[in-house]
Amino acid sequence: MNLWGRLTEKPWLAAPGGVPVAAEPPATDFASKRIALYFFLAVATVFFSLLVITFLTHSQFPGFQALAGEPWQPFTDTTRLWFNTSLLLLSSLAMQIALMASRAARPKLCLLALVGAIFFALQFLLAQLWLWQQLSDMGYGVRANPSSSYFYLLTALHGLHLVAGLVVLVKPLMGFWKGKSLDLIGGSVKLCTTYWHYLLVVWVLMFGLLASSEETYRTLAALCGL
Amino acid sequence: MSYTAIADQPVHMHDPTTFVSKYIWSQDHKVIAIQYGVTAIFVGVVALVLSALMRLQLGFPDTFEFINPNTYLQFATMHGMIMVVYLLTALLLGGFGNYLIPLMIGARDMAFPYLNMLSFWTYFLSVLVLLASFFVPGGPTGAGWTLYPPQAILPGTPGVDLGIVLMIVSLAIFIVAFTMGGLNYVTTILQARTAGMTLMRMPLTLWGIFIATVMGLLAFPALLVSAIMMAMDKLVGTSFFMPALISLGEAVDHSGGSPLLFQHLFWFFGHPEVYIVALPAFGMVSDVLATHARKNIFGYRMMVWAIVVIGLLSFVVWAHHMYVSGMNPTFGFFFATTTLIIAIPTAIKVYNWVLTLWQGNIKLTVPMIFAIGFIFTFIHGGLSGLFLGNVIVDVPLSDTYFVVAHFHMVMGVSPIMVLFAAIYHWYPLMTGRMFHEGLGKWHFWITFLGAYAVFLPIHYLGILGLPRRYFSFADTDFIPDTAHMLNAGVTVSAIIVALAQLLFIINIVWSFKHGKKADPNPWGAASLEWQTPEQPPRHGNWGDSLPVVYRWAYAYGVPGVKQDFIPQNVPTEQVMMLDENGAYQEQEV
Repeated sequence: MNLWGRLTEKPWLAAPGGVPVAAEPPATDFASKRIALYFFLAVATVFFSLLVITFLTHSQFPGFQALAGEPWQPFTDTTRLWFNTSLLLLSSLAMQIALMASRAARPKLCLLALVGAIFFALQFLLAQLWLWQQLSDMGYGVRANPSSSYFYLLTALHGLHLVAGLVVLVKPLMGFWKGKSLDLIGGSVKLCTTYWHYLLVVWVLMFGLLASSEETYRTLAALCGL
Repeated sequence: MSYTAIADQPVHMHDPTTFVSKYIWSQDHKVIAIQYGVTAIFVGVVALVLSALMRLQLGFPDTFEFINPNTYLQFATMHGMIMVVYLLTALLLGGFGNYLIPLMIGARDMAFPYLNMLSFWTYFLSVLVLLASFFVPGGPTGAGWTLYPPQAILPGTPGVDLGIVLMIVSLAIFIVAFTMGGLNYVTTILQARTAGMTLMRMPLTLWGIFIATVMGLLAFPALLVSAIMMAMDKLVGTSFFMPALISLGEAVDHSGGSPLLFQHLFWFFGHPEVYIVALPAFGMVSDVLATHARKNIFGYRMMVWAIVVIGLLSFVVWAHHMYVSGMNPTFGFFFATTTLIIAIPTAIKVYNWVLTLWQGNIKLTVPMIFAIGFIFTFIHGGLSGLFLGNVIVDVPLSDTYFVVAHFHMVMGVSPIMVLFAAIYHWYPLMTGRMFHEGLGKWHFWITFLGAYAVFLPIHYLGILGLPRRYFSFADTDFIPDTAHMLNAGVTVSAIIVALAQLLFIINIVWSFKHGKKADPNPWGAASLEWQTPEQPPRHGNWGDSLPVVYRWAYAYGVPGVKQDFIPQNVPTEQVMMLDENGAYQEQEV
């Protein structure tokens, strides 16, 4: 039944006159976890969106200096950012391979892909720390300007979400360790894959935001009515 | 094997075997609910004492040496934050949400019992961190419960060293706890309903909790974002919210930040928070009214839609808290309009509560008088909200006692009235005992009349122009002596109301051991939580098999039925009907 159908139901009519007793099939454990994940992704989306809105607001204040746009600014050359992005992309691809392997009932490939995803995710985190170091050395410390404050804040919060994902990923790995069947592990792999892809999208959007020029910020802020 | 709340598999449940697993690290939703409830009420009593101390200062200035301007501001800040977040949100959603969701939808437990346990202990940690701020050098923050920068983190504000940091950390921990709990509540309601329990057969309590939880999940991130950014301003020296300014004669080491940005973030959380508290209360009061008036709730579908619409609208009214903040005046028109629009679904609810009572078979039980008391206080608080929603009225009244009176009536007294109604209503289910009726009625009348004795004069003081958050008014020309006398009277009333809460605590503690044994369904309620095989419900709630639902939760006053109600899990063919000779028999209705 669609949402409108549900909300216009006549609850004062008892069965069998009203809605039949067994109108819906019983829910599964996996479906519950998937719903919880979707709600969590909604929460995370609000969280990151609010950060972006405040960033765009700040970008319109006098004294705000974008991190890209002029030759001397650090993100005018985005090579490092692309390098880091490729690491997260590889991690996400590895998760996708793990998911496909679990569907194809190939446990060894699934395990290998999961280990690969963790490896690339850790590489990404290290590369992000390295990027921090590099920016700091260039004089763009956390207090230098609101734009660099946002850079550290956004990357740190994104990184923390990835670390949380790595902690959750331990569960399917432990499943392999304990010799559980792929049927039991597959659900966790699928949910983790969704989360990984989500974090990749968030990072790509943040990349785009941080590497934009002041003119782009002006346009975005105008579109948001700021 | 992991336990699935949805599946009817009691053998696989997380049965507790030791005292620790049963009462401390419990995964049973009912125990977790009680843990939430006891913690929230404890911290609420702390906040109540703080308000009494503030009232002592306001009523009898220069009398109590231990209250100085700094401690006064600290009391006010901690009172506000504890009441709104750590008491009301935690008790309504963590306490009642946990207790009622699985029982009302016919599930054995929450969808994720372990996460549920983790949610409570994380909340407990947030309370500990908050209370720790009373014991650190400088004491808790005195920045006001809204924690506005720049003053919240500048020297001169009480608790600027550690108090504000502990407050921010505590809030962040609370939000993590709420998110864990909230994901559980929405998933359980969507996934674990028993056969026949469609969304529109859910009691309104669940609709209120469900929508409030979704709102909380989407609104609390705003508070988290503002907390993180303010923590960075305070600890790292960034300038998200801190502009360049002179503080105590010295230029601060910040520039380029916007305090207004914090206010937008805070109220983007803060206004939905009003409804995060109100919606579960709306739901619970609907169920109490219908049960004790022996009448189906008037306009059930309209009540559900009103809850949903209020939930949606509450995200676009936040800046009515900021008319005097210096934001673009054009916004004022928009936010005043949305604020007045939200009065429509709210008024629908109020009319429906009153119409539920109309021609009902009203039983003036203790839960019922608290529920009726709520209708009074909520109408009262709601109407003064219409005043303040208008920019032109709000500007002169802003930051006066009128605002204090308004929000205390609408989101202090009103939800508290519902909480008392709910505690008295579900107390027999939770404990298997009845409370003392006489004590309960004394508790109601002192609280209800006392609340008016406190807050009606405060409206008047606000119209006189008394500013809020002031430690002392001394000899200010525009404040007449009668206002000072009124303040003293308010304080006496407030102390009486505060002491009357002892009646409540004595009642629930005494009755727990010595109360009369409750009948299995003492109020004759039709909703599912009262239909468990044992009461109080045991671990797993439903014995061998889950209930099946055949009807809504409001089949009250059904003509010709043996009892005047039909429980949700009774099939039509088993309903006992009265035949022509006055004898009862099973037949179809």
